[in-house]
Amino acid sequence: MIEANSQEHTVFAPWNEADKEPFVRIENVTKKFGNFVAIDNISLNIFEREFYALLGPSGCGKTTLLRMLAGFEIPTSGRIIIDGEDMSKVPPHKRPVNMMFQSYALFPHMTVEQNIAFGLKQDHLPKAEIADQVERMINLVKLNAFAKRKPEQLSGGQRQRVALARSLAKNPKMLLLDEPLGALDKKLREETQFELMNIQEKLGITFVIVTHDQEEAMTVSSRIAVMDSGTVAQVAPPAEIYEFPNSRKVADFIGDVNIFEGRVADVQADSAQILINASDVPVRTGRSVEAALGETVWVAVRPEKMIVSLNPPKNMTENVLKGEVWDIGYLGKLSVYHVRLQDKRMVTVAMTNRYRETEHTITWEDSVYVSWAPNASVVLMS
Amino acid sequence: MIKSWSWFNKVSLIVGFAFLYVPIILLVIYSFNESRLVTVWAGFSTKWYGQLFQNEGIMNAAMVTLKVAFLSSTLATIFGTMAGFSMVRFGRFRGRTLFNGMIYAPLVMPEVITGLSLLLMFVAISLDRGLWTITLAHTTFAMCYVAVVIQARLNAFDRSIEEAAMDLGCPPLKTFFVITLPIILPGVLSGWLLSFTLSLDDLVIASFTTGPGATTLPMKIYSMVRFGVTPEINAVSTILIGIIATGVLLASVLHKRRESQRKNDELLASAIP
Ligand SMILES: Nc1ncnc2c1ncn2[C@@H]1O[C@H](COP(=O)(O)OP(=O)(O)OP(=O)(O)O)[C@@H](O)[C@H]1O
Ligand SMILES: [Mg+2]
Repeated sequence: MIEANSQEHTVFAPWNEADKEPFVRIENVTKKFGNFVAIDNISLNIFEREFYALLGPSGCGKTTLLRMLAGFEIPTSGRIIIDGEDMSKVPPHKRPVNMMFQSYALFPHMTVEQNIAFGLKQDHLPKAEIADQVERMINLVKLNAFAKRKPEQLSGGQRQRVALARSLAKNPKMLLLDEPLGALDKKLREETQFELMNIQEKLGITFVIVTHDQEEAMTVSSRIAVMDSGTVAQVAPPAEIYEFPNSRKVADFIGDVNIFEGRVADVQADSAQILINASDVPVRTGRSVEAALGETVWVAVRPEKMIVSLNPPKNMTENVLKGEVWDIGYLGKLSVYHVRLQDKRMVTVAMTNRYRETEHTITWEDSVYVSWAPNASVVLMS
Repeated sequence: MIKSWSWFNKVSLIVGFAFLYVPIILLVIYSFNESRLVTVWAGFSTKWYGQLFQNEGIMNAAMVTLKVAFLSSTLATIFGTMAGFSMVRFGRFRGRTLFNGMIYAPLVMPEVITGLSLLLMFVAISLDRGLWTITLAHTTFAMCYVAVVIQARLNAFDRSIEEAAMDLGCPPLKTFFVITLPIILPGVLSGWLLSFTLSLDDLVIASFTTGPGATTLPMKIYSMVRFGVTPEINAVSTILIGIIATGVLLASVLHKRRESQRKNDELLASAIP
């Protein structure tokens, strides 16, 4: 349930506040394994209470970056500063962060309770205090019925909750999560995502989560860092990453997208025109571009922002492509049209099914028009 | 599952098992023989066992053997675990393959050579030979077995479990004792059991490295046999067989128990929604 909030809702965006000190500063960090550069001169700032997602294809260095934060890998060069302290010489067991491992890494010879209590015992807290905190954590992740079980007697989802409780028990200033939901099925995964967000909000801990699932990153995070072979391609809040990707790689990685290569034909204060290569179809954008006339750029348009119609759209001379319906995918609430353009390239359009199947008018091999509004086209310089 | 046993299978099974166990069974039967003559059955009796416990020579040898076996298997387990651990955990370094090979080499080295070389070393450093030199010798060769067992165990070990412990504030050395060791304990125990039986068994290396006053049971039996096989020897051998068989059985029962418990646990876990 979403509580109605009478107070003015302030947007959480510490990265926009000029004088705000980041909680984590990653400064020009490079990590090499032998000659292989796993992390290539990355600089990032993570703020207190952020839910920060590291997103990227397999092998791009997400885990490596996270392990450097936890202290299991030492940067080849560069510095990591957590809460104002340089971490270069601080071993893992002395860092103010805890990690939830991809494989959960539960201690197989201990019960659920003992697993959760382990970190607290290392601080030599009084017994009663440990017991209290363990109980709180068990309640938090709803494992009351399983407290005395060993990890091997638990299902995957239950193990994952033990791992979460264990890593939260010490009340760390920052929690690192390496693909925490990778082993769960879709439904449980979505539930857990919201649970994670709730817990994060309740405890006010900074979360850094690694994932290669872009939907998950969009759902949970305050900001996403899109990584690509050891470098950071873009850091921005989810909506901005989706609506205004800064490169073809990011656009392609986050969601589906149609990308057209073209050249700049006209630049205005609040718009620009680009001619698509080969077909010379004019494309209008909703923002100006910083490019010279004739320069090669790329236009990205999301499938759901396009419309397929049998008749040419009225009063439109730009942003209209002609083609033939090649394939239709019916996905329940959506239909996905694959339209083959006259120059044989394919365009994907997704439209909500507002009408019943029988009322569909567009079908295979129809000649159709694909069109979109100027503010749906995003210009990419690389 | 084999449903029907072919004629060939049956015969080879019987021949194989007979080949392995008929001599041992004969030995056990004759240890209960009334007669002093080993090959003539004269009725059931346990008198040779009684005499055995009166025989100081045999009892001393048994004590020496047990001491050596216990000490050497314990030492071998400690050193072997350390060796196996560093082989797996040191990562790749120049000459790792060579080192690895050197751990395996003593396993295939002829015992005579191992014994001889150890003897030469003990003489060279003028160590008084006796119970301790046998213990050292047994430690060195049993250590290799332990190292191999531990290596196998550690290769299957998820290192992130150790990292999780350190992440939760546990220093590295403590992590080894409270996390790693309990998890690889079955491997360590089976390494110890293996070392123990190897030490009980050994005749050749012990003969090379022994000194005055330290006679192990296999050595004692061997020297007695040279004056003819007596029912007493059968009796002591039967006891040895009993000990070893119990050990092996125990190990496999423990293993079975763990296995079936794991299966139960898995069933239980999958039944939970
Ligand atoms: N200990 C190591 N030694 C050598 N290379 C390594 C080591 N750890 C990681 N790498 C390499 O560094 C690169 C980045 O690895 P990393 O585990 O960070 O990827 P990832 O982004 O987490 O991928 P995934 O999504 O598959 O988990 C990979 O190419 C990997 O092979
Ligand atoms: Mg990873």
